[in-house]
Amino acid sequence: MYSKTYKLLVSLPPILWVALFLLLPYLLMFLHSFWTVRDGVIIHHWNLANYATLFKNPLYVQVLFRTARIAASVTFLSLLLGYPLAYFLSFHAGPRKELLYQLVIVPLWVSYLVRGYAWKTILGSDGVLNGFLQYLHITHGPVSALLYSPFAVVLMLTHIYTPFVFLPIYASLEHIPRPLIEASQDLGASPRKTFFRVILPLCIPGLLAGATFAFVLSLGDFLAPLLVGGPSGTMIANLVQSLFGAAYDWPLGAAISVFILIITLTMLALTQRVEKRWSFE
Amino acid sequence: MTLASSTPAASSTATLAPGATLLEVRAVSKRFGPREVLKTLSLEISAGEFLTLLGESGSGKTTLLRLIAGFEQPTAGEIWMHGTRLDTLPPYKRRVNTVFQQYALFPHLNVSENVAYGLHAANTPKNEIATRVTDALAMVRMQEYAAAKPTKLSGGQQQRVALARALVNRPELLLLDEPLSALDANLRKEMQSELKSLQREVGITFLFVTHDQEEAMALSDRIALLRNGALEQVASPREIYAHPATAYTAQFIGQTNLLRAIIREGVADCGAFQFPCSRPDGSVLFSLRPEAISLAKDSLRFESNSPQPSTTVRFSASIHQQIYSGATELLELQTETGTILRARIPSSAPISGSHEFLFSASDAIALRD
Repeated sequence: MYSKTYKLLVSLPPILWVALFLLLPYLLMFLHSFWTVRDGVIIHHWNLANYATLFKNPLYVQVLFRTARIAASVTFLSLLLGYPLAYFLSFHAGPRKELLYQLVIVPLWVSYLVRGYAWKTILGSDGVLNGFLQYLHITHGPVSALLYSPFAVVLMLTHIYTPFVFLPIYASLEHIPRPLIEASQDLGASPRKTFFRVILPLCIPGLLAGATFAFVLSLGDFLAPLLVGGPSGTMIANLVQSLFGAAYDWPLGAAISVFILIITLTMLALTQRVEKRWSFE
Repeated sequence: MTLASSTPAASSTATLAPGATLLEVRAVSKRFGPREVLKTLSLEISAGEFLTLLGESGSGKTTLLRLIAGFEQPTAGEIWMHGTRLDTLPPYKRRVNTVFQQYALFPHLNVSENVAYGLHAANTPKNEIATRVTDALAMVRMQEYAAAKPTKLSGGQQQRVALARALVNRPELLLLDEPLSALDANLRKEMQSELKSLQREVGITFLFVTHDQEEAMALSDRIALLRNGALEQVASPREIYAHPATAYTAQFIGQTNLLRAIIREGVADCGAFQFPCSRPDGSVLFSLRPEAISLAKDSLRFESNSPQPSTTVRFSASIHQQIYSGATELLELQTETGTILRARIPSSAPISGSHEFLFSASDAIALRD
């Protein structure tokens, strides 16, 4: 058996890592959220003013709602794209399964920034999409609303997070024992009934995991709005960034971060409970 | 408790009289790529019969079952049931239900929801579902587990639920794909007799797949022995054991001694001994079951070169090995001409050395080469 000293030595690095790079920053952030800035100096004066600002200032409230709306849209759209894709791959792709799977994965290896700039060239005023629309005489002159809008943000985030949604759904579909599907058909259930009564319930954990990925990652995203969002596409993470940067209001930035963290943790806890309810290992 | 009793709305089609042909497999072939799994196979199953598809793994028995259930399509040939063509229908339109090898119970549904699944799919009225599910669970003695999730059940219990789930739909034909293979030996024996009495009770035609010849013998009205995708022999257990058609059958079902004999003028000559035989002259392979050979009680010497071979064949052989198995024991014998034979005799005392044995010539069954 291992000695106590050995165990301590082995577990020390991860404990230190978690403490230094996770717990301590969270703690600092949490503390900052109750302080204030006066004349460019952070004053350790305990109060809830930051949280009050967050919920009262229409700017923050508006951006918070927009962020939630964008995250929800991204989740919905990535599920809409990811689920049929995963379903097709798992049940109907036949020998092309491996290749198609790899094709879905490949974009994950491409830098996030590169993909962002790609969308800029597609959606921009003299971009690919506008050129195409004008060529077909659908529009006469560039549509500027394509880029720098919440729409562009949703589009880019959906593109980026669909593989993240696809992966857990695909895994859960692959996990369904095929005899169960045969049993359902054997008992007289049509393919439609089999889908709704066997396949869908059994892939709920995967669906939830995918949805959580898309929602939580979109909620905290700041690069997509920065690249393609414009002023009307600003999200909460952009505000946090500016508060910690140019605006130098760390306490308010910290309060917003704490609030987002709480939303995220609540979501994770909820989905974990539902996932547990629907897993049958 | 019978399945057919509870409600009148049960089966729309009239049930066939027992003994009439229910299922016809007509010259069915199945290929998977270059592999020919079934070779122009034809088989008829009568209503109310318990037919077992017996064969080694890879013999095509499960494939045949899957063709009948509708999970595979035949490459050639047709399957007919009760006057309708079956092989062109999707699985969910066939009045056939399956008990799967690993039971395939739905993990997200409890026991009664599992059993109700087929009735729901058929849009059966709610109150009828309730009574039929209760009846089906009572039939397999699983009422107390109605609310349990399948994962909480033992193998034998899951097996019973799988049976109830299939039988509650009153299929015309029940397919069972090695349903007992996942159970341990004792439970297996118990389930065998339960299955047999259940089949008599509900009167539904059972098509049972197994690789276990003892199980096949114990359960079936008829056994269809498959070998490399073709039927080797179809007969009742007694018939197939007593009169195996081929050397393969004789060896697969029980143990046997295979003896090559030359027949000349009504006498079969195996080298070690001769016996009368009414077959035409030529070379014939005989099967002689070990239990047909017995130890000669008297130690009278007999004339080994007597001119008229009698119907009781006597020979002397030395005992190589004696394998005790309780009530009987298996002897490995070597005759004076070197032929190795196995004899099963009632257990007595350890014996060794050279002894005289006898068998009746009528127990030597001529096989098809």
